[in-house]
Amino acid sequence: MSSEMPTPLLDIRDLHVSLPRGAERPYAVEKVDYTLGNNEILCLVGESGSGKSITARAVMGLLPAPHVAVASGQILFNGEDLTTAEPRRMREIRGGEISMIFQEPMTALNPVMTIGKQIDEVIRFHAKLSRRQRRDRALELIDSVHLPDPSRIIKAYPHELSGGQRQRAMIAMALAMEPKILIADEPTTALDVTTQAQILKLIKELQRDHDTGVLFITHDFGVVADIADRVAVMQQGEIVEIGSADDVLNRPTHAYTQRLIKAVPSLKPRAARPLSSELELDVRGLSKTYRSGGGWFGLGGAAKVVRAADEVDVVLHHGETLGIVGESGSGKSTLARCIVRLIDAEQGEIIYKGTDLRPLNRAQMRPYRSKIQMVFQDPFASLNPRSKVGRIIADGPMVLGASSEDAEKRAREMLDLVGLDEQAFNRYPHEFSGGQRQRIGIARALALEPEILVADEPVSALDVSIQAQVLQLLADIRDRLQLSMIFITHDLRVAAQVCDRISVMRLGKVVEQGPTADLFANASHPYTRELINAVPGKDWIPDSN
Amino acid sequence: MAFLKLYCRNRSAVLGLIILIAVLVLAATASIFFPDDPFRLAGKPMSPPGENGYLLGSDTLGRDVAAGIAHGARTSLLIGGLATTVAVLLGVVLGGFAGYFGGWIDDLLMRVTEMFQTIPSFIFAILIVAIMKPSINSIVIAIAVVSWPAVARLVRGEFMSMRNREFVQACHIVGMSDWRIMLREILPNCLSPIIVAGSLMVATAILIESGLSFLGLGDPNIISWGFQIGAGRTVLRSAWWVCTFPGVAILLTVLAINLVGEGLNDALNPRLRNRT
Repeated sequence: MSSEMPTPLLDIRDLHVSLPRGAERPYAVEKVDYTLGNNEILCLVGESGSGKSITARAVMGLLPAPHVAVASGQILFNGEDLTTAEPRRMREIRGGEISMIFQEPMTALNPVMTIGKQIDEVIRFHAKLSRRQRRDRALELIDSVHLPDPSRIIKAYPHELSGGQRQRAMIAMALAMEPKILIADEPTTALDVTTQAQILKLIKELQRDHDTGVLFITHDFGVVADIADRVAVMQQGEIVEIGSADDVLNRPTHAYTQRLIKAVPSLKPRAARPLSSELELDVRGLSKTYRSGGGWFGLGGAAKVVRAADEVDVVLHHGETLGIVGESGSGKSTLARCIVRLIDAEQGEIIYKGTDLRPLNRAQMRPYRSKIQMVFQDPFASLNPRSKVGRIIADGPMVLGASSEDAEKRAREMLDLVGLDEQAFNRYPHEFSGGQRQRIGIARALALEPEILVADEPVSALDVSIQAQVLQLLADIRDRLQLSMIFITHDLRVAAQVCDRISVMRLGKVVEQGPTADLFANASHPYTRELINAVPGKDWIPDSN
Repeated sequence: MAFLKLYCRNRSAVLGLIILIAVLVLAATASIFFPDDPFRLAGKPMSPPGENGYLLGSDTLGRDVAAGIAHGARTSLLIGGLATTVAVLLGVVLGGFAGYFGGWIDDLLMRVTEMFQTIPSFIFAILIVAIMKPSINSIVIAIAVVSWPAVARLVRGEFMSMRNREFVQACHIVGMSDWRIMLREILPNCLSPIIVAGSLMVATAILIESGLSFLGLGDPNIISWGFQIGAGRTVLRSAWWVCTFPGVAILLTVLAINLVGEGLNDALNPRLRNRT
């Protein structure tokens, strides 16, 4: 849009940021050149470890010194080189002329100060205004980010606000001094999809009103499609491609960009597969309530009751993948944990081959344990860091009574099945990458020869290219081993590609269910429509798909 | 061998190990180099180090200080090791149950632990020894009784944070028994803090034992460093060596054990292995 401006607002020339000796590579970012103009949104896209956050932090002078520091190059802000600026000048610039919003608003806000006080601090540091004027300005800012009832919000503590409201408060703080540049580091990654859509709209609106230059860091191409004027793609610390959003998204020239865009799951549901009429699992009227507080003998405050699952009915046909879709707090993970009997539901039936699993005690549950297995979300937390991979996988069969030789043989077969090297057997989990660890988690579940696989957000912690590989692996395995799968996700793009049928959950209830294609084409429940409309980049259809 | 190599990357831990081995050798060879009873009145009292055939001098009654230190090393290590083992076992079992099962088991066990923690530990130890009559057994019991609550609290915290980890949930789904999850999955992940706490406790146990002996509550038939310091206290200004050498022995042993504990922690924890 404004990339042809004579003196750009921010001009980064040949920037090198060095990493401490012994790191994977000598430089976190290398030979980075880009410019940012007034009234423009530049998206820095890349996978984890690509150096996109480091570039932004270098601009703010927030590198974790002394280990990571600018080695060479210039960061010109209106012609002034920030790499050589005095700390005093940098303090003026930070928050005044360049400000930043972070990924996790809960940790970026001080939990023991009110929102009003935190906004006030920014203003007080940078401008000489009376208390009254500062308060008026704070109220005005809170109003400008569309938070309801500013006079109440100003007195609220961060924990009293929802995630989206906290991010709005962060944005209000960042905009307090009308900065020329706003750096947004994955500002919507921790938010639900509907909230994300609102925050993106807000950033775009404020940027237009104030002529701000926005440096927007993200890993999500959908978000890029929604918000970017220009895009820079980073890989291994270098910018591999930079250009207008239209060019980069629709006519990528670099092989890496092409690969990344190809890995983004399409929102168009994949071709339907024939559905078996045989029921694998029938869940009826399942309820789970959480109580907290109350104290001893009913002393203390009133107990808080949350209906995490409320009369949930779902069925799983033989060989199908059922998607459970919803935002955080919708009860989808609770449902999964009830089905695998990690937590006990207090009501309802979980019928597997004519037996209701819900009331079974541990001993009675034993013969059914191997039939229903689970794949977890966090590949770093789901493997015992002190156990060798081989043992992690072999443990399951051994618990079920296999001899240690048989279990070991089985574990090696499973490693092969999920595409890992034989040598993985004797290594520790921390020696593997996130994607490889997720494969180990899948191997562990499969070692018991289950009939039903419950996958709880199995790819949401992974980079997009790894995500595509793991999804492909899950689909292969499902077909080869005739598995039925319950797939829990918050990402409708993933759901569209993986699931045969989808159940949409909200506040513990299933609000709508149906075949994937039908659901996407004509959703009947307003919440489903809202979810589909909020998917970032829904109007962008990559040519490669 | 690989473990030894990892351990040796920490220089101060190697130093600690060398001192600890030296103390162990001293304890093991005490009867060879000092075949006589350390309580025996060996000769001229109050001899300075190096005179009258005393390497480290003699005390007010003419007992050989060097012989006392060599034989006292046995006492200190024996009591330190034994008391810590008992305390760690008790603490791990109770803390593990409280942390893993939670609910009323946790409430009950933790209230009991708090009861023990409210009494100042050294005074509590004096009380127990005084009630049970001073002997090796009563001292070990007293030290264990005042030391286990700290371990129990530590282990409870570790077990609580571990029991909801996804890898533990994965074990539940496989159908593993509680025992096996506690022993084979959770406990190995808590070992490094337990080892560090345990090694610190050996040091504290040696200190408590010395304190008790110093006050005259040690086993009257067994020489110990604390007893020696207690015996030399009155002549501190005229015969400094009677207190100083046992004191240095306590200092070095306690320091060595702490260094070894830290070295073990560094070497045992796979996440710290790549630390430079």
